[in-house]
Amino acid sequence: MNRIHLNPPLRDARALLALACLALAALLVPRPAAAELVIDVRGGQFAPMPIAVVDFSGDGNLGMEITRVISSNLRRSGYFNTLDPNRFPERSPAFDSTPQFDAWRATDTQAIVTGRVTRESGGRLRAEFRLWDVTSGSQTIGQQYFTEPANWRRIAHIISDAIYTEITGIPGFFDTRIVFVDETGPRDDRRKRLAIMDQDGANVRYLTPGDNAVVTPRFSPRNQEIAFMAQSRGEQPRVQVLNIETGARQAVGNFPDMTSSPRFSPDGRAILMALQQGGNANLYKIDLHSRTTTRLTSTGAIDTSPSFSPDGDRIVFESDRGGRQQLYVMNADGSGAERISFGEGSYSQPVWSPRGDLIAFTKMSGGRFSIGVMRPDGSGERILTEGYHNESPAWAPNGQYIVFFREPQGEGGGRLYMVDITGRVETAIPTPNDASDPTWSPSLSGS
Amino acid sequence: MFASISLTRGLRIAALFALGLTLAACARGAEDIAGAGGFGAGGAGTPGSTQDFTVNIGDRVFFDTDSTDLNSSAIATLNQQAEWLKRYPRYSFLIEGHADERGTREYNFSLAARRAQAVRDYLASRGVDNNRMRVVSYGKERPVVACPEPGCWAQNRRAVTVLDGSAGS
Repeated sequence: MNRIHLNPPLRDARALLALACLALAALLVPRPAAAELVIDVRGGQFAPMPIAVVDFSGDGNLGMEITRVISSNLRRSGYFNTLDPNRFPERSPAFDSTPQFDAWRATDTQAIVTGRVTRESGGRLRAEFRLWDVTSGSQTIGQQYFTEPANWRRIAHIISDAIYTEITGIPGFFDTRIVFVDETGPRDDRRKRLAIMDQDGANVRYLTPGDNAVVTPRFSPRNQEIAFMAQSRGEQPRVQVLNIETGARQAVGNFPDMTSSPRFSPDGRAILMALQQGGNANLYKIDLHSRTTTRLTSTGAIDTSPSFSPDGDRIVFESDRGGRQQLYVMNADGSGAERISFGEGSYSQPVWSPRGDLIAFTKMSGGRFSIGVMRPDGSGERILTEGYHNESPAWAPNGQYIVFFREPQGEGGGRLYMVDITGRVETAIPTPNDASDPTWSPSLSGS
Repeated sequence: MFASISLTRGLRIAALFALGLTLAACARGAEDIAGAGGFGAGGAGTPGSTQDFTVNIGDRVFFDTDSTDLNSSAIATLNQQAEWLKRYPRYSFLIEGHADERGTREYNFSLAARRAQAVRDYLASRGVDNNRMRVVSYGKERPVVACPEPGCWAQNRRAVTVLDGSAGS
C-alpha cells in the first residue's frame, strides 16, 4: 500500500492511519455563476429530485457496480428519484462529451450523473464523475478519485456524498458505517454480537464473538471507538470501550455494581454512563484518560440514557424522578436539571442531534412506541414514526436522519430503519439477522 | 484546486474479526451446570434440595407493569423463601431481576435491578444474611416467553432467586 501526500495536508490524525489512499481532484471546469440545481428539504415540503445516474463506463462490471451503489444511495436518502435506465433518451453519453440536454428535458430529469472508471498503471483505480444540471445545460461539479480497487464501494459513497451535498446543501452521510447488535437464537437466550457495516447494509463484519451479551453500542464522534454494555451470565453488566482498529477492549471505571447506557462526550475523551446503586441509577462522567470520575446526579431515581449537546455544555437524560420516565436537560456539571418532556405518556432514550437543534427520543404512549424529535427546550415535539415497538434512535452525523430499530408484535425480531427529520422518508436498512441498537459512525472522510 | 482525502478505515476490521473467532471458543459454559445436580440432588420431595426450593417454595415473584413494589402474592412467596433459606444456610444465591419487553433497553436494566434489590432488601428484613445474596439485572434480555399480548408480559416481569448449584431461570 502506498501513501500519497498532496496539498493541502491531511486533515487530521486519523488520516495518518491510512492503509490505502484516495486522492480527489476537481475536474477543472468553471462553475456556472447561477447554478440552480437545488432541493430544499428544510420545510418538509418537497418532491424528490428526478436524477439520472448513467452507468459509469470502463473496467468491466465495476463501473456498473459503482453506478448501482450511487443510485441506491441517492434513492434511499428519499430526496432523489432515480430515473429508470429504460427511459434514458440516450444510452450512455461519452464521459468527455456533453449530454443532449434537450432530450433529457423531455424526461423531466433535472440532474444527470456521468462517470468513468479506469485502471492506472500499478493497478490503482481512477474514478471520475460529472454532475450536470439539465435545466441550465451545464456541469455543476466534476471530480476524480484514485484508490485501491478494493475500495471501490467507498468511492461510490464519496461520489454520492458529493452529489447529495451539492444539491441539498446538507453534508452527505453515505461514507459512514453503522454498528448494531446482531441477534440470533431463541428469545430467552439470544446470542448478541456487535456488528459493523456500511450505512447501506454492505460489508457486515462482527466485532465481538458472542461470548457475552452486548447491547447499546455508541460510536465515538471522534475516534474509531465503540462504547457498549457487556454482560456474562450471572455477572454484573459493565460498560466497555472497544477500539475498532486495534481490537483493544477495556472496562470503563471500576465500580462494584452495574454500569450501563454509555455515551461519548463530543470530543471523544469522556464517557457518560449510569451507575446502579441499589435500586437507583445515577449518572457519572468518566474521563477516559485521567480516569477522573464525576458524579452528576443523585436523586434516588433511575437516571439513565445521558447524551451531551454537541458543544458539551449540557446533557439530556431520562429519569423517573417524577414517577414516569421523562426527559431532562441539565448543565454538564449536573446542575440545573429541568424537565423538557410534557406530552402524554413517557419518554426515553434522548439523543442530542450533532447539529444541536433537536433531541431525538422514544415515546411510549397508549401501548405504542414512537420515535420523535423536540427542540432542546422541549418545544416543537414531532413524532416521526409510530407503531407497536420502535426504539433506540441514533443520529446520522449530518443530523438529517435517525436510525432506530423496530420490532413486530409477537415472535419476530428487530430490524433497522432510518427516518429523516421531516418524517417523510423512511428506509429499511438490511441486516443479515435480527438487529437492534444501531449507532452511526462519524463521516469516514471527515467532511 | 487540488485536495486530498485519505481512506483511513476499514481494512483493520478483518484482523479484529479473526481475533473474535478465536475468542468464541470461550463462550459460555457456567450455565450448563444443570438441574439434577447441586447440593440437594434428589426429587422435589427431598427437603433442602434445590428442587424443593423451586417446586415447593417458589423461586420467583412477579411485578406489575413499570412497578418494583412487592405485591401481597410476592410477599407471601418471599416469606416462604426467607424461612427456607434460614433453615438451609448452606446455600448462597443470586437474585435475578427481569423486565418485560414493553420498555426501552437502558431503563429496563435499571428497572430490573431495582426489582432484584427490592427482593434482596425484603429477604434481609426477614433475617436472611446479606452476605449470602447477590443481585444481577438482565433487563428485558431474557424473557421466559416471547409475548404477542399483554397477558403474557407479566410472566417476564419477575425476580428469580437462583440457588448456587441450580439451573438458573
